[in-house]
Amino acid sequence: MARAVSTRRTVVFTIAAWIVALIIFFPILYTIITSFKSETEAIKGFNIIPSGTIESYQAVQAQSNYFKFFLNSVVLSLGSTLLALLIAVPAAWSMAFSPTAKTKDILMWMLSTKMMPAVAVLVPIYLIFRDTGLLDSRIGLTVMLTMINLPIVIWMLYTYFREIPGEILEAARMDGASLWGEIVYVLTPMAVPGIASTMLLNIILAWNEAFWTIRLTTTNAAPLTAFIASFSSPQGLFWAKLSAASTLAIAPILIMGWFSQKQLVRGLTFGAVK
Amino acid sequence: MGKIILKKVNKSFGATQVIPGIDLTIEDGEFVVFVGPSGCGKSTLLRLIAGLEDTTSGTIEIDGKDVTGAAPAKRGLAMVFQSYALYPHMSVAKNIAFPLKMAKMDQAAIDKKVTEAARVLNLTNYLERRPGQLSGGQRQRVAIGRAIVREPSAFLFDEPLSNLDAALRGTMRLEISELHHQLKTTMIYVTHDQVEAMTMADKIVVLNAGNIEQVGSPLDLYNKPDNLFVAGFIGSPRMNFVKGEAAKPYNAPTVGIRPEHIKLSKETGSWKGVVGVAEHLGSDTFLHVNVEGIGMLTVRADGDFPVTHGDIVWLTPDATRIHRFDDKGLAIR
Ligand SMILES: Nc1ncnc2c1ncn2[C@@H]1O[C@H](COP(=O)(O)OP(=O)(O)OP(=O)(O)O)[C@@H](O)[C@H]1O
Ligand SMILES: [Mg+2]
Repeated sequence: MARAVSTRRTVVFTIAAWIVALIIFFPILYTIITSFKSETEAIKGFNIIPSGTIESYQAVQAQSNYFKFFLNSVVLSLGSTLLALLIAVPAAWSMAFSPTAKTKDILMWMLSTKMMPAVAVLVPIYLIFRDTGLLDSRIGLTVMLTMINLPIVIWMLYTYFREIPGEILEAARMDGASLWGEIVYVLTPMAVPGIASTMLLNIILAWNEAFWTIRLTTTNAAPLTAFIASFSSPQGLFWAKLSAASTLAIAPILIMGWFSQKQLVRGLTFGAVK
Repeated sequence: MGKIILKKVNKSFGATQVIPGIDLTIEDGEFVVFVGPSGCGKSTLLRLIAGLEDTTSGTIEIDGKDVTGAAPAKRGLAMVFQSYALYPHMSVAKNIAFPLKMAKMDQAAIDKKVTEAARVLNLTNYLERRPGQLSGGQRQRVAIGRAIVREPSAFLFDEPLSNLDAALRGTMRLEISELHHQLKTTMIYVTHDQVEAMTMADKIVVLNAGNIEQVGSPLDLYNKPDNLFVAGFIGSPRMNFVKGEAAKPYNAPTVGIRPEHIKLSKETGSWKGVVGVAEHLGSDTFLHVNVEGIGMLTVRADGDFPVTHGDIVWLTPDATRIHRFDDKGLAIR
C-alpha cells in the first residue's frame, strides 16, 4: 500500500517537474519553432505547429555570414575564459590559503562591482575603447568580457579551493614544492572539477553576454549576440528570421551544455554534497 | 645530520601568546617526543620547527645554520601529518616520488628509491593504487615512505598514529622505532599517548601551556619528576597525591606515590581503606581505594588479587618511592 502511494507521488512530482521545466524552456522552444515558420506564419499569432520551412535560415545566412560571428563568439568566450582563469586561479589561491584580515572585504568588493548596472559605465568605457582603438577589436572585447566575469570566476574558484584541506598543501611545501609546483602539481589537479565547471559556466556567460558585445562592436569582432541583434532592424521586426538567428546563436552553447551537464552539476554542487 | 636548536622561540597568534619562549636542544639522531595536554602548543612548536608557522621572536638553528626565516622546503625536514595529507589524485608510487620529483632527481633514481621505500614499508603491491583505496595503516606507511625517500635531516611527526585502532597503533609504533634504529635520523614526535612517549623516546619534552616543564629520558621523568605537573602527567594510571596530615610524616606539603609503588594487604598496613571500583586488565588490577582522611587512591594489584567492592584493604607506600613536593609544586630532593 505504502508503495502504491509513493509511486503515485513519484508520478505527480515527475509531471510537475516536467511542467515547470517546460515553462522555463518554452521561450527557447518557441524560438526554435518560430524559426521554422515563414514570416507571414510567424506574425499570425500563437501556433506551435510550424510549416517546417527553412527559408528563414537561408535568408539569414544570405544576409550575413553566420560563421564569422560564430568564430568571434568562440574566440571571445574561450579567450576571455582562459584569461580570467589565468588571473583568477592565483587570486583565489592566495585568498583561500593565505587569507588576511581584508580578504573578505576584497571578495565583497569584487562582487559589488557586479551590483552596479553596466550602463553606468558605458560612456567612460566607450570613450576609453574609442581612444585606445579597441572598439570592434577582439582583443578589446576579450579583455572586457574577462573583467565582467572575473569576480564570479574568482568567487567560484575561491569556494572550491576552500574545500581542499590545507594540510595537503603544507605537505607539498614540506616536500620541497615551490609555490608554482604547489599550484601546478597539487592544487590544480585537485581543483580540476571545480575549475572545469567554472570554465564551462564562464564560457556560457561570455557567449551570452549581450550588453557590451553589441555596444563595443560593429563588424570585425561582433559575436553571435550582435548577429541576433542585427535582425531587429529599423525596417521592422522579422520574427522568423530573428528566431532563426537566435536558434543558430544558442545552438552551439546548448549542445555544449548538454554534453557537459554532468560536469556542470557536479561542479555547481561541489562542496554542497561532498 | 640533524641537530636542532631552539633559542627563546616565541609564538603568538595575534594577541594570544601560545609559546612564551622556549629553549631546547635536540641532538643529531635523537628520538624526541613532545607530550602535553591538548592545546599546550605541541603542534605549534613542531610547525615552527617545520617552517609552516613563522616565529614571533627567537631563532631556530638546524645543523648550525639559522633557518628562522627559511621556507619549509629549505630546511631539509620531512613531516608526517595526523591526517596523512597524501595527494589524493596521485598513485602511491607518485606520492612517494613527489619530493624527489620536486628535487629534480632523474627518473631512474626516483624509481629505484620508490621501489626500495615500498619494499621497506611493505607497500610493493599497492604502488599503483590511489590513497583512497588504502587502509589507514597503509596510508600512514605511504606518508612515512614519502618522508623517508628524501633522506631528510630530521623527521617531524604530528600524532601520526592517532587515527589508527589500538592494535595497528602498536604495530606502527614498533615500525617507527625500528625505522629510527635503521636510519639513525633525528625524529621529533608529537603525541599525547603515554605509551608512545615512554616506549619510543630517547628524550621526552613535557609541555604545559607553551612552556617546557621538564626534559629528560622516559625513566628520568618517571623516577625523578621535577614538579607536580610532570609527576601527574607521566605514568599511567596517574600518580596519587597526598596532602595535609597524611603527608606530614614525610616532611612535605604534598607527597606523590605511584599506584605501582603501594603495597596491598588484607591484614595490615599504614593506611586503611575501602575498595571502590576495581579495573581488571588481566595482568594487573587497578583498585580505587577510598582511604579515610586522604581520599581516593589508585593502587595496582596483581591480576588475580581476590577483592570485591566494599572490602577493607590496607595500603603501605614504598618509602623509597615517595615523591615530595613543596608549596610551589616543585620536587624536594
Ligand atoms: N592559527 C591559530 N590561530 C590562533 N590560535 C591558534 C592557532 N593555532 C593554534 N592556536 C592555539 O594555540 C594553542 C596551541 O595549539 P596546538 O595546536 O599547538 O596544540 P596541541 O598541543 O597540538 O594540542 P592537541 O593535542 O589538541 O593537538 C591552542 O590554544 C590553539 O587554540
Ligand atoms: Mg596538535
